Order: sequence, then structure tokens, then C-alpha cells
Amino acid sequence: MINFVLLISRQGKVRLTKWYSTYSQKERTKVIRELSGVILSRGPKLCNFVEWRGYKVVYRRYASLYFCMCIDPDDNELEILEIIHHFVEILDRYFGSVCELDLIFNFHKAYYILDEILLAGELQESSKKTVARLIAAQDSLVETAKEQASSISNIIAQATK
Amino acid sequence: MNPFSSGTRLRDMIRAIRACKTAAEERAVVRKECAAIRAAISENDQDYRHRNLAKLMFIHMLGYPTHFGQMECLKLIASAGFPEKRIGYLGLMLLLDERQEVLMLVTNSLKQDLNHSNQYIVGLALCALGNICSAEMARDLAPEVERLLHGRDPNIKKKAALCSIRIIRKVPDLAENFMGPAASLLKEKHHGVLIAGVQLCTDLCKANTDALEYLRKNCTEGLVRILKDVSNSPYAPEYDIAGITDPFLHIRVLRLMRMLGQEDADSSEYMNDILAQVATKTESNKNVGNAILYECVETIMGIEATSGLRVLAINILGRFLSNRDNNIRYVALNMLMKAITVDAQAVQRHRTTILECVKDSDASIRKRALELVFLLVNDGNVKPLAKELIDYLEVSDQEFKGDLTAKICSIVEKFSQEKLWYIDQMFKVLSLAGNYVKDDVWHALIVVISNAPDLQGYSVRSLYRALQTSYEQESLVRVAVWCIGEYGEMLVNNVGVLEVEEPMTVTESDAVDAVEVALKRHSSDMTTRAMSLIALLKLSSRFTPTSERIKEIVTQHKGSVALELQQRSIEFNSIIQRHQNIKSSLVERMPVLDEAAYLGKRAGSSQPTLSAEKSSKPTTSAASLKLPNGVAKPPAAPLVDLLDLSSDDAPVLPSAPNDFLNDLLGIGLPNSSSSGAAPSTTTDLLMDLLSIGTSPAQNGPSDSNVVPSSAKAAESKPAPVTAPVMDLLDGLPSNASPPRDENLVYPTITAFESSTLKIAFSFEKQPEKPQVTLISATFTNLSSSTLTNFIFQAAVPKFVQLHLDPASSSTLPANGNGTITQSLRVTNTQHGQKPLAMRVRMAYKFNDEDKLEQGQISNFPPGL
Repeated sequence: MINFVLLISRQGKVRLTKWYSTYSQKERTKVIRELSGVILSRGPKLCNFVEWRGYKVVYRRYASLYFCMCIDPDDNELEILEIIHHFVEILDRYFGSVCELDLIFNFHKAYYILDEILLAGELQESSKKTVARLIAAQDSLVETAKEQASSISNIIAQATK
Repeated sequence: MNPFSSGTRLRDMIRAIRACKTAAEERAVVRKECAAIRAAISENDQDYRHRNLAKLMFIHMLGYPTHFGQMECLKLIASAGFPEKRIGYLGLMLLLDERQEVLMLVTNSLKQDLNHSNQYIVGLALCALGNICSAEMARDLAPEVERLLHGRDPNIKKKAALCSIRIIRKVPDLAENFMGPAASLLKEKHHGVLIAGVQLCTDLCKANTDALEYLRKNCTEGLVRILKDVSNSPYAPEYDIAGITDPFLHIRVLRLMRMLGQEDADSSEYMNDILAQVATKTESNKNVGNAILYECVETIMGIEATSGLRVLAINILGRFLSNRDNNIRYVALNMLMKAITVDAQAVQRHRTTILECVKDSDASIRKRALELVFLLVNDGNVKPLAKELIDYLEVSDQEFKGDLTAKICSIVEKFSQEKLWYIDQMFKVLSLAGNYVKDDVWHALIVVISNAPDLQGYSVRSLYRALQTSYEQESLVRVAVWCIGEYGEMLVNNVGVLEVEEPMTVTESDAVDAVEVALKRHSSDMTTRAMSLIALLKLSSRFTPTSERIKEIVTQHKGSVALELQQRSIEFNSIIQRHQNIKSSLVERMPVLDEAAYLGKRAGSSQPTLSAEKSSKPTTSAASLKLPNGVAKPPAAPLVDLLDLSSDDAPVLPSAPNDFLNDLLGIGLPNSSSSGAAPSTTTDLLMDLLSIGTSPAQNGPSDSNVVPSSAKAAESKPAPVTAPVMDLLDGLPSNASPPRDENLVYPTITAFESSTLKIAFSFEKQPEKPQVTLISATFTNLSSSTLTNFIFQAAVPKFVQLHLDPASSSTLPANGNGTITQSLRVTNTQHGQKPLAMRVRMAYKFNDEDKLEQGQISNFPPGL
């Protein structure tokens, strides 16, 4: 099971955190500080796994961002690398060649996407297409609701003129 | 519109925060935003609620407190529209965790949303429930989730299945309800549902044995079919990763197979074919393929696979291990640790490669490899492995040294077969990484040295030598200082030189120098300094010429700011100045430390109380209680093998916390020295102190200052156990004291008989020391001429320690008109497992001719 997902920038800034196991706010801050120290200081040629407090953290660097997932000791580390890549590819398709800024300004979108890929710390969907379709459908629901709201407010505005 | 809530757009806020150059600026921006959001919350502003919540989430991610926004999430979730709910649920998952009571308030909204007609809203609710639900919520909402498992929409089904996993993890009792639905999910075609279903089954198996049985019966076949289909499937662009269709499904099915096939021959049998196919046909040039192979190997190891399949799996691991990719090597090491229980031989074959990995530049790989090496060590390979590791210790990274040192120490302790080797290895570790050696490890070393009289000289000289180059290694300094204090005269007089040693001349003042350096180094801590002071005190009585100088050094510390040192310095000073008459007995060598007691204490298991100990002894034997060593142990206590650390049942001596003797002679060594101090009430203190020098040490190492030269020659032969040891005060023969009424009775045997000579052995044993046997050898001359220059020599197997006392004479009168007697003390470290055996050799002059007779004694009475 994936205990948490962490996206940290090269500078140690947190870009996304998702906790599937229970950690209090205090613990979360501590975990992030500890792990970013360990991971950011690792050299480029080393393996992508770090043992930490009896768990394993699998991380992978994409440009300036580190994608980290903390897993149980008996999980498949190599597969987690694939899940990370799966997530990145879906982000890439959604944003059109994703960069760190996309994830900063649209952090909520990144969360929505992650919620379609992982649930309860387990993989939910192995098809990128399906994830994209589900996200698109929900986005369009939001768009329609917005349009409706603006058209209603237009009508009200016109009526009260 | 509310003037407070209009605020900035989310995008603008993020921009403003990013534009901040200092942390203070950022805090100011965040504070302003939070103030606006709080105002909006108290105004109950609805238009910008979702935007405010989004801002709060961003602020939360930066690490600022956002608890005031929690209720906003609930309000958004309770509103009707999808956009509000979407952001509301996201906020709920980010800002809250299952331990917050606010979460309970959302149960009702969740229940409504789980029954919503819009599948996306149901999806949102399932997602939130699956990610953060508490045990109570799980119980309340389990029926809804279970119902959704039967639905039609694959999106809902897969989310419901994963949500069920969380529910089962929180409330394992609910597992039964999900068995049926989970099994039917495996019949689906949609990959998302399949993946979720397989995962649900895996978790059910973990939660409940009934579920495991049920799924084993109903799903094994279906699972094999799924794996067959997916691994034989033609190119499917939607699921393809590097030429493999849906590796995620592969891996999850393999994992569930492992659960089902574990300890079940039938289902394992059923899986063999497809596992062989996956193991042989999966491409291993990409990470995806390796991920599947890795999982497949683990499954093969986990189930009752055929031996051929296991060989295949081990071979895959061998390939992984030689891979250039660090990730692959890491998982290979990981897997080999599990494989070692299945096929240790196969793993041993990769020993050299694994040993190389210990020296890898990657900390994760090193750690894995070190743990694996630890598992690989056995009696046969411990020497080369320990050598490799110790060699590496020299060049390894600082942060790795701690782990490495601990592992080396535990390997050396666990597998050492001879004391010399153990001591040598420990000295190497101490001089290379003494700062990383844990206290109990060097305490144990001291105990061992104290119990190896023939190695004490060697030890103190080696330590002295090591000290010259490695003063910065704290625990080396401590052990060295302790040994120099105890065995200083062996250092100077070169007592008990082993063949391997290089000759070395150390003067008395050199030895004092060494201790003085340790005492005065800046880096030395309190314990080391206090130990140095004691060592100096001891040396002052052994090296009389230096006592003036030692007195000066001790006096210097009278003004020490450390209370402990000051006190010691004053005490010692007064001993040196005013109590010359008792000093020599006061600073006598520590009695032999009780290994069994120390090991038992280290294991930290048994703790008999002092009073119980005392009451178990008749008061008449109170005198023997004061014997400095050993007697205080419960009668017939099983002495454990020296290096068997697992001895939980070893007798443990009560540690007398305020034992003065302990305090005086063994500062910093409470563990190792308390065993040497007889348990006694504080009023006996002085008696105790003084009794050390006068009462014979029962198994003391050193009774042979009156060894005649002929006996000495005899003794030097059966080394490594009986090198003569000089002890200035203890002149009494060792067999003087054992209380006779407690002795066990063994028949006297004729150990050897030839035409000229007969040897009879009689035995004595103290019940509280079953390992130790005192043998009185009686030599009788059967010939008609007197035998002169008679020397008796004996040799024993490695597990036995032998101590020869001087013979009563070296001339044996003819025709049995007199005898020579000689005492032997043997300690059988494998008492109860291996019988005693001995080879003997007698040299004498018979009619002016040198004669030599040899023999083997194997007719020892059983039980020795």
C-alpha cells in the first residue's frame, strides 16, 4: 500500500502531498522535512529507493520535481516507479507537456488527477485514456455549472437593470 | 458584495506568494489572505467559498495552519452543485485527517452522496471515504459501499472496491460481507475493475482466513485465466507499457496468487504453468518487465512451487544481481533475503557479488547488502567475511560506519570459535571505529579478556600498540586503559607472549604515559577519564618506581570541575598517601568477571533478587559467599557457552547498585564488573575489599607464581589455555577452598598405565559450576628405578580449557614407594554436550635416559 505521495521541488518546496495513512499535521511536517533532506541530497546515479523508518520511499525526478511515494516494505518498488511514471504521463497529457508551474497554479487539478489514479493507497486505473476521460467529464460538469451560474446572474442583472 | 471577501483570485494569490523574496514577506501575504478568508467565513459568504477553500489548500500546502477552514469543507460538501462538492471533498481530504472529530459530521453528507444519481458525485464520495474514513464511518457506510459493488458503472465499481479495502483495514470484522462481491469482481472485463477487485481480494486474504479459504476455492482458476489472458494479449494501446499489456494487472494478479498459493499445494500446482510462462517470456530489458519478473519470483518463492520453477526464480535473481541498474540490484538483494530461507545454498553462491554490494556507493544498496551478508554468515565463512567487512570499515563512509560496526561486532560475537580470533577482530574494530562500538560490546570484550588468562598479556600489548595510533577511538581507549590498569605488568614484562606477536619493549613509565595521555586528552569523556584514574591507581602499586609520578597526576585532578573526577582524585590520593598498608590489596586485580552472568544480564532477561539469592544459601556458607567470584551463583546454574548470546536462561547476578567495591574498581563498567563483586551488605564492604587478596580465587586465572621451572615448561606446552600468569598476591593453590559437602562424587579412574608408570585421576566438582572439574592426578612408578625430571603434560580439545598446577615433585621413587600428585583444572565449555577428552605426555629420566610416553584418556566418567 502507498502510505503517502509527495511532490517536492529541487528547492525543497512542497508541491503536492497526499496521505493515505493517518499522520497528524505535526508528523506530516516532520516527515516532509526529513524526507526532502534525504532525497534531495542523493546523487543522480543512485537507486531510486530510500529506506526510511521501516518503510521504503520510491522517488523519481522529473525535471525540477521529485515524485516520491512511501510504500510498505513488502511492496514492489519497481512497480511504484511505473505508477509514478503513469501519473506523470497523465499529467503531461492533461496539461500538454506539464511543467512545475502548471502544478503550482493548478494544484487542485493535479489532486483531482491523482484521485483518479490512486485510492486508499492502491492503484485505481491502469488506463491513461480512462483517467483522461473521467477528468474531462468532471471538468465539463464544472464548466456547465459555471455557465449556468453566469447566465442566471446575467438574467438577474438584466432583470434588475 | 462583501468588501472583505472579494479579495484576490487564487491565481493572483499564488503569484503574490511566489513573488515574495523572504519568508517574512510570504508570512505577511499569507496572513493577509487568511484574515480575508476568516472574515469571509464569519460573514458566511457563499459566492467565494470554493475559491477561499482552494486558497486555503494552497496555504496549507505551504505549511501554515488552516484549521479554521475545516467547516467550510463540510458546507461545500453539503451544497448541491458538483463544482462545490468537488472542491469540498478535496479540501476535506487535504485539511482533515481521520482523527479529527469534525470528520464525523460529514458522515451524513457522504451517505447522501453515495446514493446520488450522478455517478461523479458518487465517485467523489467514494474517493473521500476511501482516503480518509475512520473506523466508525467505515462501519456506518459499509452497506452503501457494498451495494455499490453490485452496480453497473465500472468507474463506481472500481472506486467502491478500493473503498472497501480501506473499510476492511479499519474494521477487519466487516471482511465477511465483502467476500462474495469481491469474488464476482474478478469476472469483470474492465481492467480498472479487475485491478481494484484483485486488490480487494488480496486485502481480504490478509484480513480473514475464511476469506482466504473462500477465495482459494473460488478464484484460483479465474485468476490464472486472467493472467493468461493478459500476458498473451495482443498489442493493446490503451494498456500498453513498453510492449507489455497492463503490467499493473500482471503484478497484482501475481501478488494475489502468492496469497492463495501459500502453503497450499493444490492451488500452487495449478499456478505452476502460468508462472513458468511469465518467468521465461517476460522481457527483462525494461523496468516494467523487471517489475513483473520481480513479483513473479516473489510469488514462486512464496508458494509451493516445483523445484524447477524455484531454480528458474533463483536464476532470475542472479541475473538481477549482476545487472548494472542500481534499482534492479537493490530489489535483487531484497529478494535474496527472502530466498535464503528457501534455498540458502543458492544464495551463498552469490556471496562475493553481495559482498561487493556492501561496498557500493549507494547507501540503500549497502544497507540491504549488509543485512544480507549478516544472514549469510555461518561457521564456515565467518573468517573471510569478517575480514572483508573489517577491511572495508577502514574506508567506508562515516554515516555507514555505525551500521557496519554493529553488524561486524554481532557477527564476530556470534560466530567466534576461538577467543584469540574474537579478541583480534574486536581490537581491529575498536581501532578503526571505536567511536561507533556500543557499550555492551566492549563490556563483553573485557569480560572475555578477563576470562582468558593466557591471552591477557597479548591483549594488553595489542591494545597498547593500537592505542599509539588510535587515541581518538573512545571505546578502544577505555578497553586499553582498563587492560593496562589490570594487566600492566604483563605489558612491561612481556608475559605470555604468543608466537604471532612481534616483540616489544614497554617500560613502566611508557605504560603510565599511555594512561596519562588518555586522561588528559580533550576528547576523552568523563567515563574514560575516570577509568584512567583507576588504571593509574592500580599501576601505582604495580610499578612502584612510578608511584610518585602517578600521585602527582592524580593530585592534579583534585581541582577538576567534574565532580566524579574530583572525588575520585581525592579518594585515590588519600589511599596513596595514608593507606599504604591496604593499598596493595585494595587495588588488586579484578576477580575474573563472570561471563555467564554478564551475558545473561546483557540478554536482560532474568533478574533474581539479592534477597532471594541470599536466602537460598545456608547461613553457614556465608564465608564462601564472600569469595570474589562465582560462588554467589545459584547452585548448579547452567553456565552458558561463552559466545552464545541467546542464552536467556543464564543465571544473572543481582547487580548491587551501591556496591562500593563495584564502584571503586569498576567505574563505568557496572555491567561487567558487578558480577565480580560478591553481593554483600554495605557493612561488609571492607571485608570484601580485603578478602579479594587473601581468599583463593576459585577459578581465578592466576595461581602460579610459585611454579617450578619444570612444571612451567610442562604448562607452556598445552597452550593456548595455560600460559603461566604472574600474580603477586595469590599464592594459594586453587583447589584449597571448595566446600567439600557440596561436591559431587565421581569414581577415580586409571587414566594411563604402562610398564613403568601408572596415572590415576580422581575428580571433584562444585555443584554450582558444572563446567569446571578439578582433577587430582596421582603418578606412581611401577618400575624398579627412580624416575627423575618427571614432567607431565596434557592437551585438551578446543572447547575445553585446562589449567595445570605445579606438581608436588619431579622425582618419582621406584616400586610405588611414593607418588607425585598434580592438580588440573579443566573447564568444559560444552558441558553436557561433549564429553571430556585429553591427551597426555610424560617425560622423565629413567636410568639416565630420556623417556617419553604418550597416551589418550577417553575413559572419563560421564557428566564431566
